[in-house]
Amino acid sequence: MNKPHRAHHLWYAYMLHRLSGLLLALFLPVHFYVLSLALTQPERLDLMLQWFELPLVKFAEFGLVFLLAVHFFGGLRLMALEWLPWSANQKTLAAGAVAAAFLVSTTFFLRAI
Amino acid sequence: MDVSVWRGDEHAGEFEHFKVPMQESQTILDVVSWIQQNQDPTLTYRYACRVGMCGSCAMMVNGVPRWTCRTHVKKVLDGDKLEVAPLRNLPVIKDLATDMDPFFDKWVQAEGLHHPSKTRHDAIEPILHDSPGREAASAGIECINCSACYAACDTVAGNPHYLGPAALQRAWTVYNDSKDADKQSVLDAVSGAGGCHNCHTQGSCAVYCPNDLSPMNAIAGLKRASAASFFKRRK
Amino acid sequence: MLGLRLYMLQRLSALIMAPLTLGHLAVMIYAIQGGLTAAEILGRTHGSVLWFLFYGSFVLAVSVHAAIGLRVITSEILKLGESSLDLLTWALALFFLFMGARAVMAVTLL
Repeated sequence: MNKPHRAHHLWYAYMLHRLSGLLLALFLPVHFYVLSLALTQPERLDLMLQWFELPLVKFAEFGLVFLLAVHFFGGLRLMALEWLPWSANQKTLAAGAVAAAFLVSTTFFLRAI
Repeated sequence: MDVSVWRGDEHAGEFEHFKVPMQESQTILDVVSWIQQNQDPTLTYRYACRVGMCGSCAMMVNGVPRWTCRTHVKKVLDGDKLEVAPLRNLPVIKDLATDMDPFFDKWVQAEGLHHPSKTRHDAIEPILHDSPGREAASAGIECINCSACYAACDTVAGNPHYLGPAALQRAWTVYNDSKDADKQSVLDAVSGAGGCHNCHTQGSCAVYCPNDLSPMNAIAGLKRASAASFFKRRK
Repeated sequence: MLGLRLYMLQRLSALIMAPLTLGHLAVMIYAIQGGLTAAEILGRTHGSVLWFLFYGSFVLAVSVHAAIGLRVITSEILKLGESSLDLLTWALALFFLFMGARAVMAVTLL
């Protein structure tokens, strides 16, 4: 049967928050594993860190930072909506959260390359 | 125009196609009625007031929950195509008529009923219409239980226990009623496995409410109230 | 799926992580300048109680937060029962905690 037309801003914010959380949760064990190599195989960690200098990896890192920032600002937006008694313009907040996330991740990217 | 209408019941069904003449001024309800009166008398659908007051005619029109009596064909026509289906998230009885029981059962479960605090022998309590509690309550009392928000909500689709936007909004109006004597039972009712905390703030309920209400805001209020009570009880 | 308790845990862990996340982002933007090596990381973090506390609390909070978040997504897609979800949530939380604790130990070696 039908699925409702979802092309409205709040729904996109919801889906973005969910997807970013999911992807971050999948990334986290990998991140923890790589870091723990410092304990068991530091030479391998160094090798991997060199490999991380590749532009493709830098771009992926930008993506990850973007996801983290999106989830972070999106979460703050949610808590503001739930707990602060404003009747703020929600669309503006949602857009603002994404913009802030983009800003943060671009800063990261520019410093990284 | 080409109208696809969903036919079937809770077990199976499919879209059936009809060719319907376009009129100058025509609602989706007009279209469905025309089909039933001129093409297929076995088509089942619901309506009552046909003037946008009762909510009985709510259906999915091109994927969006609407009151069909208040939806002009010209506003939603996709080229020359229309798709009419029963409300999402509710069991189908036949064709376009859904079983509203789950919706109303959850209405009751959310404790959206008045708990009296006075008897007929007490003086009538004056309520100022612009007190903050009254304004919060008034924002949600025009709900006519049409189930459009319930059909629009993805969380309802994903979580069979979720009480849904309408029931929670009603609970919020009761919670804000200064005459109500048992606000705690409202909070308890909306803090369980199907409660307000499952809301992901997608906002589809507010976008598609034909009365321009915002269950999303009511649910945020319930979250605030239950969070506050969480801390108070701990202390 | 989410009653009041899990909801509060989710929100509180998020609030705890807010400053930690900002700190982590700032540290990363600073640290990656001029490339990164294991020696560089360890040189700063090795033996540091502060970094241990900072990232240790980050790992604790994220284990709770990610486990509950994944619980919600799983319940809405797979529609498991409450006890299966509880099991899943605990398993995920412990998994993140274990992996994260290893990483924190590796980097601060306390």
